[in-house]
Amino acid sequence: MPLALQTFPTVKDANATLQAAGTRYLGGGTLVIRAANEGDVSTSSLVRVTDPGLSQIAVAGGKVRLGASVTMAAIASHPELAAIAPAARAVGGPAIRNMATVGGNLFAPAPYGDFAVALLALDATVVTEDGETPVETFLAVRDTSRAIVTAVGFSLPTAESFRFLKVSRVKPKGVSVLSIAALLEMAADGTVASVRIAMGCMADRPIRALAAEKGLLGRKLTPQGIAPALAAAAEGTAPITDPIASAWYRAEVLPVYLGRLLLN
Amino acid sequence: MAKVPVEFTLNGSEKAEFIESGTTLLHALRDKIGDTSPKGGCHQGTCGACSVIIDGELRLSCLTLAETCNGADIKTTAGLAKGGVLHPLQRAFLDAFATQCGFCTPGMMMAAKVLLDRTPNPSRDDVVEALSGNICRCTGYEPIIQAVLLTARANSQNAA
Ligand SMILES: Cc1cc2nc3c(=O)[nH]c(=O)nc-3n(C[C@H](O)[C@H](O)[C@H](O)COP(=O)(O)OP(=O)(O)OC[C@H]3O[C@@H](n4cnc5c(N)ncnc54)[C@H](O)[C@@H]3O)c2cc1C
Ligand code: FES
Ligand code: FES
Repeated sequence: MPLALQTFPTVKDANATLQAAGTRYLGGGTLVIRAANEGDVSTSSLVRVTDPGLSQIAVAGGKVRLGASVTMAAIASHPELAAIAPAARAVGGPAIRNMATVGGNLFAPAPYGDFAVALLALDATVVTEDGETPVETFLAVRDTSRAIVTAVGFSLPTAESFRFLKVSRVKPKGVSVLSIAALLEMAADGTVASVRIAMGCMADRPIRALAAEKGLLGRKLTPQGIAPALAAAAEGTAPITDPIASAWYRAEVLPVYLGRLLLN
Repeated sequence: MAKVPVEFTLNGSEKAEFIESGTTLLHALRDKIGDTSPKGGCHQGTCGACSVIIDGELRLSCLTLAETCNGADIKTTAGLAKGGVLHPLQRAFLDAFATQCGFCTPGMMMAAKVLLDRTPNPSRDDVVEALSGNICRCTGYEPIIQAVLLTARANSQNAA
């Protein structure tokens, strides 16, 4: 089934067209065109926006704003975004990273969405013409969201406070068994003052490890200190099963990798 | 389905075609323009055989719509040899036995070319990373990695 593409200069013009049935937004196309090639006929019409503002990266006063069309490659090579570059570099191979956008990653079903895992740990906000939504809320309602995402915003973490880990079976690049991102603030006495942990593949979309977060507060990052958090890590998860790994396997290895991320 | 005009530069020459909206660049190159060097292996983004260079960046032509390439500068493996003389990468692939059935070769060469254009003296790890989106079912990869390293060495000797 052929696709028709409509190109608009601004998001405003395109948003109206997107309301039509069978119409979807085209980001980098790594998921939508792939689906069309595979015979998915649910999309008959694609809409894209050429506004160069959508491809802009702005870093100022500790705040980052990534336009929705910013690619993983652009993030990975940006001199001021070194702290989050590992999450962008974890997405696909070099050609995929040149195409895969921030906006598209927010919609990518597990096992994809590695960068969205990082955004969830960073407590990012998702920007549309209707306003700003916390990424956690956005992810929960993304299936019914019709508005074009224009940008995401977050506070730039320090390299020490942000940790990211992707586990895959194919080296150097492969689909996630799971991915974990953590934003950690330590108190002067070496205990955890605040923490946000997000996980990929532990549900159909990125979710927080709320039980593990709670278990870490006030604890030291030692094997004993993190033990209660690891024991609780799989609470509330519903891991996916796919050709890479079963739900059982993902739940079994989650505490192992969370432990490595916290102790490294 | 409506036909739309597309115009881009392919290996240095101007191309203009009317294509059906929604046509992938891979399809347009192979079946409209007649450049069959990009291969359609999976049409899923996983094999890399369709890799081309668009405005200096490695892209998958199977996941790119041709009409988004208006005004772009596109390079494919068909443009590597000049006047019957093989490009150094092609020479090295032959010398290092880096091509067997050859299906992955054009994609591998595109991935290697963007690497060498930016990083003339890559480490082995750089090469492995640069080729990580390209699948080869024949060679076991090592000869391909060696061919890219060989090209880099030959280039730096020629420059010296
Ligand atoms: C071979 C291969 C390997 C991959 N490996 C990984 C990986 O390791 N990790 C990973 O996370 N992902 C991976 N992916 C999935 C995908 O490439 C990424 O998730 C990418 O970020 C998706 O972005 P896109 O711009 O290509 O999305 P598109 O395909 O353009 O869009 C995906 C969906 O999001 C919607 N959308 C896109 N942008 C917007 C916007 N601005 N506003 C509203 N809706 C929007 C589209 O309508 C569509 O429904 C891989 C894909 C392939 C083909
Ligand atoms: S045909 Fe494009 S990646 Fe396989
Ligand atoms: S030479 Fe046959 S796939 Fe690589």
